[in-house]
Amino acid sequence: MKTSLLTTDARTRKRNAAEARFKAYGLGAIIVAMFALVILLTSVLGNGLSAFKQTFISLEVALPEEKLDKSGVRDLEVMSKVTTIGYAPILRNALLATLEAQGIETTLSNKDIGNMISKEAAATVRNRVLANPDLVGQTVQFDLLASGRIDGYFKGRVTMESAALDANTSPEALEIAQALADAGIMQTKFNWNFFVWPDASDQRPEAAGIGVAILGSLYMMLVVLFLALPIGVASSIYLEEFAPKNRWTDIIEVNISNLAAVPSIVFGILGLAIFINFMEFNQSSPLVGGLVLTLMTLPTIIISTRAALKSVPPSIRDAALGVGASKMQSVFHHVLPLAAPGILTGTIIGLAQALGETAPLLLIGMVAFVREYPAAFTPESGLFGEASTALPVQVYNWTQRADPGFVERASGAIITLLVFLLIMNAVAIYLRRRFERRW
Amino acid sequence: MQSLTLPLLVILGLTISGYFLAKTRALQVAGGDIRKLVSLPKQHALNTVLATAIPPVAAILLFSVYNRLTEGTGSWLFTLVVIALAVTGFALSLIGIKVQTRARTFAERWILGLLIFASTIAILTTVGIVFSMLFETFNFFEQYDWKHFFFSTSWSPNFRGDSDLGIIPLLWGTLYISLIALAFAVPIGLFAAIYLSEYAGSRMRSVAKPAIEILAGIPTIVYGLFALITVGPFLRDYFASPMGLGQSASSVMTAGLVMGIMLIPFVSSLSDDIINAVPQAMRDGSFGLGATKSETIRQVVIPAALPGIVGAVLLAASRAIGETMIVVLGAGAAARLSMNPFEAMTTVTVKIVSQLTGDTDFASPETLVAFALGLTLFVITLGLNVFALYIVRKYREQYE
Repeated sequence: MKTSLLTTDARTRKRNAAEARFKAYGLGAIIVAMFALVILLTSVLGNGLSAFKQTFISLEVALPEEKLDKSGVRDLEVMSKVTTIGYAPILRNALLATLEAQGIETTLSNKDIGNMISKEAAATVRNRVLANPDLVGQTVQFDLLASGRIDGYFKGRVTMESAALDANTSPEALEIAQALADAGIMQTKFNWNFFVWPDASDQRPEAAGIGVAILGSLYMMLVVLFLALPIGVASSIYLEEFAPKNRWTDIIEVNISNLAAVPSIVFGILGLAIFINFMEFNQSSPLVGGLVLTLMTLPTIIISTRAALKSVPPSIRDAALGVGASKMQSVFHHVLPLAAPGILTGTIIGLAQALGETAPLLLIGMVAFVREYPAAFTPESGLFGEASTALPVQVYNWTQRADPGFVERASGAIITLLVFLLIMNAVAIYLRRRFERRW
Repeated sequence: MQSLTLPLLVILGLTISGYFLAKTRALQVAGGDIRKLVSLPKQHALNTVLATAIPPVAAILLFSVYNRLTEGTGSWLFTLVVIALAVTGFALSLIGIKVQTRARTFAERWILGLLIFASTIAILTTVGIVFSMLFETFNFFEQYDWKHFFFSTSWSPNFRGDSDLGIIPLLWGTLYISLIALAFAVPIGLFAAIYLSEYAGSRMRSVAKPAIEILAGIPTIVYGLFALITVGPFLRDYFASPMGLGQSASSVMTAGLVMGIMLIPFVSSLSDDIINAVPQAMRDGSFGLGATKSETIRQVVIPAALPGIVGAVLLAASRAIGETMIVVLGAGAAARLSMNPFEAMTTVTVKIVSQLTGDTDFASPETLVAFALGLTLFVITLGLNVFALYIVRKYREQYE
């Protein structure tokens, strides 16, 4: 059989094909991974970006004295007896008047028209009136929340077809909403309140916000920072610089690397058993959440701090010892400052992990429905002792609600969380690039 | 807590005044000439501060744990002891200031003690985990037969009592989901690692590597939400319903796939390290014999890296078994022993969450079972981790 270098024989062709196939598998794997990332991000962004916008109705609301202030002397005690149920008809009348003024005709009952306004709106108006009793008797311009379904219509979540099957709204209501929007009375605009408002009850997704959750997460991050950083750095210094090589330090080291791999939910069980049942700290408090997250982040911080300490060359230590510094002084005056950028980077990454952690917080009661902004300190419940929730837990909480409006809220909260994480990681990368020293 | 205010104020006052008093006294004993002192005044001051503050604060920590153990509350005796400790440390360290006193050494001993204490917190955490779960698990097995727990195939908790609490269906769900996740993540992660370390150019690497690492930085709640609102409905509408396999959006497949995505960066970064640790000389030898690149990888690099890769897979498995949020949102809550991957099943972690959230009664087996589940989970993952770390470490030494 004649062979030539210019024509490839069958076996070579087969081997080359196998080579090309193998390479294609590798490329395929990377494409699948990237594709998964893109789908994940688009899914979250697509569902959540609309949470940052909200539909408002601007109404001229007449605040009649005979309904809101029977005393007539603006006595707050009497006025506060009028509950939100008393305010709802006033808002409904204002909307009906507006419809009439705009010449919008409908077959919808007055009650259903009233339901186009969020149940939260009555509380908004009531609070404004109680804060400023002089408003009673006047006609005041209010920007009021539209109900969740109307809001969903402008965001594409609710359609005429789905509204026909929905007990909470109807195609007629959507037509009115469209007409109001055309007249400029109903507007969908950016909603800062999403970041400020607390959680809202099951019926009113349009009023739910992540204010309490952000505050709770912030408190927990403070606890983690002030506990995990000093403890982590101290124990790394001991293990890296002082510890003799013996069985005890071996146990500590193996233990730390194992702790890093313990499932997070186990830390939740620990928190429940030790901090809540045994030490009797307050349930769902940022203090307990922070303590649990501290224990979880500690291994991360210790591992990165030790790497940072290890990268400082021994000549620095020798020089310090040579001019009469003690071992402790050489570490605290020279090694630690030089390792600081690495430690800081590791700490930020640890904090970012802690910020996104959910499972252990579920077990220590942070799923509770909290509407009150937690105070950092109160004499009764101590430092960070008031019930709170946290961003990732709030997301979980909203996924458990029936109203589809909460899915949008959950995705919006996720976007906020991801933005925080992005910022933290970007800072960590910047610090590493800017201050990292190669010896 | 009220009883702590006075001792804390006393400690604070003594430490601050101790700092300045020690400085003045050190200068005084040296007759104003700082050069005569063995230690600088500020080191005397530091020593006084530490000697005044550390013993009483340690006592407070010990006492509060002791109080919880004995169900007691703070007493005047406790306050007295704490204050006495502070005063003793304060007085002794001030009296001890002489020209020859080596205050730096003393202060550093205190600091070393603090460092040692910090490094034992990791140990205390593990001890806390083990004991908190052992204690409650013991309580659970006093009320519920352990044979039933480990070998019963039915899980139906009933808060009026008389529940079936068998772990088998939960373990089955956990393993099934983990298996699907690994079947998805291991080939993709491994191939991605091989491509990135053996084929990709530097530009490709600089894009793909961070992109895959982003996947690792995303919190699991995000994956859970992704499973709930995107993957679950998609699988139900395009696979499960048309094939007549079920109508549930939450299923083993949903949770497994999403968990697989989560594990890709984990597998790929670990395998990347391991593949890079295979010496270049082995590749060169293979090329020299005329092997193509893929033949080299398949017949030389992978076999050499195999123990490390097995270790990485085991670590990924332990991650998958302990994962919570993805399964809580993606897998469902029904405990079932079934082979159908499009059916909702549940896992150990899901049941820990559901038994410990909401109204819990720490005397009933329905709540306590969560601790037994947690202990089982801890033991399984710990075993996997220790085994995997052992393999990885042993392998690393081979080429160093």
